[in-house]
Amino acid sequence: MEQKDLFKELGQIRSLMEKSSKFVSISGLSGVLIGFYALLGTLLGYYISTSHETSMNRLRDNFTLLNIFLILAIVILVLSLLTGWLMARRKAKKSRQSIWNITSKSLLFAVSIPLVTGGVLALILLSQGYYHLIAGMLLVFYGLALTAGSIYTFPEVRWLGILEICLGVLALCLPDHGLMLWGLGFGVLHIIYGFIVYKKYES
Amino acid sequence: MKLDLSLYDKVFENRVRLQIMSVLAANEEYDFNSLKELLDVTDGNLASNLKTLEKEEYIVVEKSFVDRKPNTRYKRTPKGLKAFENHLIALENLIKQQYK
Repeated sequence: MEQKDLFKELGQIRSLMEKSSKFVSISGLSGVLIGFYALLGTLLGYYISTSHETSMNRLRDNFTLLNIFLILAIVILVLSLLTGWLMARRKAKKSRQSIWNITSKSLLFAVSIPLVTGGVLALILLSQGYYHLIAGMLLVFYGLALTAGSIYTFPEVRWLGILEICLGVLALCLPDHGLMLWGLGFGVLHIIYGFIVYKKYES
Repeated sequence: MKLDLSLYDKVFENRVRLQIMSVLAANEEYDFNSLKELLDVTDGNLASNLKTLEKEEYIVVEKSFVDRKPNTRYKRTPKGLKAFENHLIALENLIKQQYK
């Protein structure tokens, strides 16, 4: 065997080991888009809350404002999931891989445990009236979900997760700035992360 | 210098077999259909190479049913992993040899 062939052989083994255990069809550009949705949502939320002249503490008395926030958050969540899924499907098609395979299943399973836990906790906090803790708590659990899933995808996801956890803890300490820290965590961080992944793996 | 080929494994001279072992070295287990999709080979080709690896006791097979459909999963054995690692060392040594 020629030396060039040997190098190629070892390289192929390496890439196959990577490809078989990591889901790399997540699109970096979708991260940027999702970040923009979140930023827009945060600005809109900020605008609504200031125009009502309400602080987070008075949310309890203001059910309509709470409902507006909830609907806004759910719309952004659905839009983000849809964008992420559609763009991952497109990227998978390009590399002739299926989007529903062993690695994506492992990734989803790893991510879903912290996410579902966080969601249930948020509902409990909501029903008990601890509104000011929800923003930070959700950031923390989202970060935990990312770190848990990172072993099945790009290593950058782990850093994104750790930073989200830090922002979440900060938001728990400074509940009045919860909305701004949401914008930072779900908006700015996603845009930066998406841009890095796009630059590194897709261009 | 005489070339040491004791670590080189003839079983892995076949590309598909080496690829299967790479996947099973990186993952706890893998099922037949996922392997087929990943390696882009025919059923027959994959099945016969899996059989060879099984006969060498490099991998073990676990058969079960999921929703009444047969689901066949493969796992590496310690012997198989050792053979795979040795084979990689042999390939690396070959490269080093040619540098001299």
